[in-house]
Amino acid sequence: MTARNQNSKNPLHGLWALTNRELKKWYKEPIFLFMSIIQPVIWMGLFGKAMNIGSIFTSTDFPVPPGVDPQVISQQIMEQTFGTSDYFSYMSVGILSFVVLFTAMFSGMSMVWDRRLGFLNKALSTPVARGSIIFAKVFSAVVRSLIQAGIVLIVAFLLGLQLNPNFNVFNAFGVFAALFLVCIGLSSIFILIAIRSTRWETQMAVVNLLNLPLLFGSNALFPTKLMPDWLQTFAKINPITYVTDATRQLILFQTDVAQLTFDFVFLAGFALIFSTIGLMLSWRYLSR
Amino acid sequence: MEEVIVAEGLTRVFNKSLVAVDHVDFGVRKGEIFGFLGPNGAGKTTTINMLITVLKSTEGDATVCGFDIKKEASDVRSCIGVVPQEYTADEDLTGLENILLCADLYGIPRKVSKQRANELLELVELSKFKDKKVETYSGGMRRRLELACGLINRPEVLFLDEPTLGLDVQTRRATWGYIKRLKEEFGMTLFMTTHYLEEADSLCDRVAIIDQGKIIALDTPDALKESLGGDIMTLAIEQKEADVTGLIETTPRVKEVKKQDNIYRVKVENGEETAPQILSLLMAKGYKVVNLSLTKPTLDEVYLEYTGKSMREEEATQESMFSKRITMRRARHR
Repeated sequence: MTARNQNSKNPLHGLWALTNRELKKWYKEPIFLFMSIIQPVIWMGLFGKAMNIGSIFTSTDFPVPPGVDPQVISQQIMEQTFGTSDYFSYMSVGILSFVVLFTAMFSGMSMVWDRRLGFLNKALSTPVARGSIIFAKVFSAVVRSLIQAGIVLIVAFLLGLQLNPNFNVFNAFGVFAALFLVCIGLSSIFILIAIRSTRWETQMAVVNLLNLPLLFGSNALFPTKLMPDWLQTFAKINPITYVTDATRQLILFQTDVAQLTFDFVFLAGFALIFSTIGLMLSWRYLSR
Repeated sequence: MEEVIVAEGLTRVFNKSLVAVDHVDFGVRKGEIFGFLGPNGAGKTTTINMLITVLKSTEGDATVCGFDIKKEASDVRSCIGVVPQEYTADEDLTGLENILLCADLYGIPRKVSKQRANELLELVELSKFKDKKVETYSGGMRRRLELACGLINRPEVLFLDEPTLGLDVQTRRATWGYIKRLKEEFGMTLFMTTHYLEEADSLCDRVAIIDQGKIIALDTPDALKESLGGDIMTLAIEQKEADVTGLIETTPRVKEVKKQDNIYRVKVENGEETAPQILSLLMAKGYKVVNLSLTKPTLDEVYLEYTGKSMREEEATQESMFSKRITMRRARHR
C-alpha cells in the first residue's frame, strides 16, 4: 500500500508516456520520417513546379497587341489571382496544410490498431486518465506534423520559395501556432471517428473519402475566389482554408491584420470545439 | 478467510440479447490461484473484463480488493495487474521500454520503475533481451513480458486471461512455472481463465467451471474429481444390438452406467479391481469386449459430468463457437 501512495496522480505523467510511445515509433525509424516528408515534397516539387502557371502568358506565340509587355501582364494577373507572382511559392505554403491534414488523418489509424491489438484494453485497465489516451494521440500527431511542416518549409525555401521581405521570428512562430491549432482540431476529429471502430479498413475508407475534398475544397492549391459558389461555401467552413490563409499571410504576403486575426479565431475555435468533444466522448466510449 | 474478489449476481448482456455472463456469484480468497475453466465463448473473458473495469456490468455487483468495480473503478485499477489474452506489448519498442510504459500508466516514478523493471525482467529471464525490439521476441518471451508488465505495480490481484493460449506444450509448462514462482515471490492472489484442463488442474487452488455464462461447479480440483465418486471405465462390446447395462450394474461397486451405442461409460469405485470382474462377467455371458479403458477422474470427466458434454467435443464444434465468439467480440469492442 505504501508503495502505491508514492505513485504520481499527475495526469501529465501518463499523457507524456503515451505521447512518447507514439513519437518513439516515429523518430526511431528514420524511414517513417523520410516517407512522411517525401510525399509532400514530391507534391510540392512536381505539382508546384510542373504547373508553371506564370509562364502561360509568356511562353505562347499569341499575337500580343503592340505596346503590351506579356511579362507585365502575366505578373499582374498572377498577383491578382494568387497574391504572388510565383505559383510555386503559393502552393508550397498550401502544402504545409497538406502535411498537417495527412498526419492528422493517420493518427486515427493507430487508435484502431491499439484496439485491435489489445493495447487499448490494457491501457484502460490501468489507472491512467481516459482523456490521456486520446490526447496522447492528438499531441503526438501535433508534434509530428509540426516537425514535418518545418522540414517541408525549409525544403520549399531551398526549392525557391520567395519569402515576404518582412518575414521574421514572430511570423515563423505564427505559422507554427496556426498549424498547431488546426492539427489539434483535425486529429481530434479523426481519432473520434476511430474511437469506436475496430476495422482499419473503415478508417482507411473514411480517410480516403475526406482527404481530397478537404484539400481541393480549400485555398491550399488554388484561390477560392475562382471556384464555383457552392465550392466557395464549402471552402468557407473548411479549416484548411483558414490555416492556409494564415500561413500564407505570414510567409508570403503583406500581413492583413484583421484577416489574420479572424483566421486565428476560427482556428482556435475549431481546435477548442473538437478537442472538447474528443475529451467528452472518450469518457463515454472508452468506459464501456 | 478473507476474500479479495467478491462477485454477486454479476451479469453482462450484449446487444440486449446475448447473455455472456449470467448472474454469477463467487468469492476469491486472498493468496489463492483461482481458475475460471470453460470452453471458448463461455464468458470467461467477459467476466475478467468486468472485474478489471474495462467493461461495464449489466447487472450485479463485484468488489476487487474491497473496492466497488463500478463506483471505485480507479482504485480497483491501481491495485490490480492484468495479463491480457492478446500480446499487447508494442512491437516497435524494446522489452524494457514496454515495461516502463506500463509503469508510467500507473504513475510509478521513474526511479522506482527502472529498478522494478530490471528485477522483473530478471525474474522472467528476459534481461538479455531487454533492449531488443519486441517484434524479435518469440511467443513464450512475449507472454513472459506481458507477465512482467502485469506485475510492475506490485498488484494485490493479478488477472491472467488464458495465459498460455497459443503456446506449445513445453512453453506452456514453462509459463506455469513462472506463474507459480511469481505467486510465491509476491504472495498475491491470482485470477486466471483457461480452457486447458491440465492447466486448471496443476495450477489452481480452486476452480470454477463456467458454461454458457453460468458457474456450474466451484471447488478445489481434487474435490471436484472426488465428487464424481470414483473412476471411469469405458468399454465397448462387439454386439451392437445388445444392452448390457443391467448386467454391468449387478457387479458390486458399480455406481452408474451410461450407454451410448455399444459404448458404456461406467462409474466405479476402486476401478483396478472392479474392471476385471466386469470383464469376466461379460465374457462369461458371451459378449466380446473390443475396447476397454480405465481412467482416474480428470477435470475433463468433471466437466463432462456437470455439463453433459465433453470439453473436447465442444472444441470440435468450433464453427458454432467461433460465430458466437465473433458476435461477442464485436459487441465487446463497441
